[in-house]
Amino acid sequence: MKVMTPIDRITLLLTGLLAAYQVVVGVSDKDPLALVSYTVAFGVLLVAGLLLIILGFSILDAPSVAAVSSLIPLALSLGLITEHVPSAKVPYLVFAVLGFIAIVLAKFISAEKVGVLVLALVHGISGLVIFILPLFLSLQGTTPNRFVFVGVGGGLIGIGGILFSFLKTGNPLLDKKTIYRLLPGLLLMMTASFVWGFTAV
Amino acid sequence: MDELRKTLKIIKRKYVPLIKSPQTFLLLLTGMAGFMSGSCPVHHIPTMLAAAGSLFLAISGSTVLNMWYDRDIDAQMPRTCERPLASKKLLPRDGFLFGIILSLLGISWAVLIDPFYGAVVFAGLFFDVVIYTFWLKRRTAWSILWGGISGGMPILAGRVLSIGHLDWIGIALALGVLLWIPTHIMTFSMRYFEDYQLAEIPTFPSTYGFQTTRITIAISSVLAALTMGAAAYGIGMSVGFLRILIVLSSGLLFLAVSSTSRPSEQLNFGLFKYASLYMLSTMILMIVDMM
Repeated sequence: MKVMTPIDRITLLLTGLLAAYQVVVGVSDKDPLALVSYTVAFGVLLVAGLLLIILGFSILDAPSVAAVSSLIPLALSLGLITEHVPSAKVPYLVFAVLGFIAIVLAKFISAEKVGVLVLALVHGISGLVIFILPLFLSLQGTTPNRFVFVGVGGGLIGIGGILFSFLKTGNPLLDKKTIYRLLPGLLLMMTASFVWGFTAV
Repeated sequence: MDELRKTLKIIKRKYVPLIKSPQTFLLLLTGMAGFMSGSCPVHHIPTMLAAAGSLFLAISGSTVLNMWYDRDIDAQMPRTCERPLASKKLLPRDGFLFGIILSLLGISWAVLIDPFYGAVVFAGLFFDVVIYTFWLKRRTAWSILWGGISGGMPILAGRVLSIGHLDWIGIALALGVLLWIPTHIMTFSMRYFEDYQLAEIPTFPSTYGFQTTRITIAISSVLAALTMGAAAYGIGMSVGFLRILIVLSSGLLFLAVSSTSRPSEQLNFGLFKYASLYMLSTMILMIVDMM
């Protein structure tokens, strides 16, 4: 198990502070669901950062981590859809709730292969929404150009998700130690991209 | 110069550890949060500094007296046996005098600032030293309740000083700290279970078992989070900061419930650390938001 270095801790602390800033300033006041969704996403990032600092990388082996961390892309994508594609709000809300329940259930009944499949599906769809929607909105001129950084954050979260999914299936793209070495920086860049993008709106 | 350096070295090695700096700092911070909750923006800096000084002395004094009285049991526990009084690096008489002087200075200063404030500070010291340490700590696991009440006194004292009377917010703030104490202390007593057994100190885990203790921690965490939330709302905390408080409280609840359903030493330690961080963050949020 990789030992957490002071640099890792500082990086995670910065991630937590950025996430906390975003929770305080909020993202949207158009729809309460969007606000709640963004708060959940950045709130999970904040608490995850703190727990990583306290407990080290070993916490990532805990069974509940995959389920809880799936809240980040799910909630972020739900916030984006609610705010920018209101017509798809209800169907996407149903997808997000059912997706999360499916991930939790798969963990609960220890259906490893089904769990990975569900996780990949839910992460994949929500990750694509976070990646593509901001790009589309920025190109269309609906949002300022800087909003494209939310998509960049979506791309980074996707990279993290893929690395962890393959690690969980036993066919890692990179070895565990390398993934853990990259994780704090990846989380910071992802959160910074999100905050930079969201503060443009 | 050499003499001065030598004296400072002795103070650093023998006296400073008696104060338990992190714990004293956290309690002092709760006191400051209580003060600023009622009088922000702070118009009278000297009063705030005097409150900080008197609280620091009183909290430090009670901690030293606690350590002086418990030096025999501290000597039996590996975690605490190196403390200056337990390891006999410092004479008990010197430790006692140090504690009494700090306490008297702290209480006198507090009474001079405001008699009602002084009374609350004195109550905190009395509950901690006399009721908790001298009377109940070695007799019952429920002594923690009195430790919790004394832990809630600094924030109540700060609030009382700032508004001049007792109100529901002050009581809620103190209750929030009281309900948070079990999360802090019980996780600690599980982590150092063997130590407490060696010293024959009754704790919740040794009296009621680990699972009951974990459930108690979870219930206590829920109640602490709700009470702190209510107090923060009562103070008039801004919506953004309330959201952060909810997020941090959710983290506390998640850990407390996880610790009940999937107990592990790692999770217990995480909960202990997170609980401290939670209280620290809550107090900082209150102070920053009130500025």
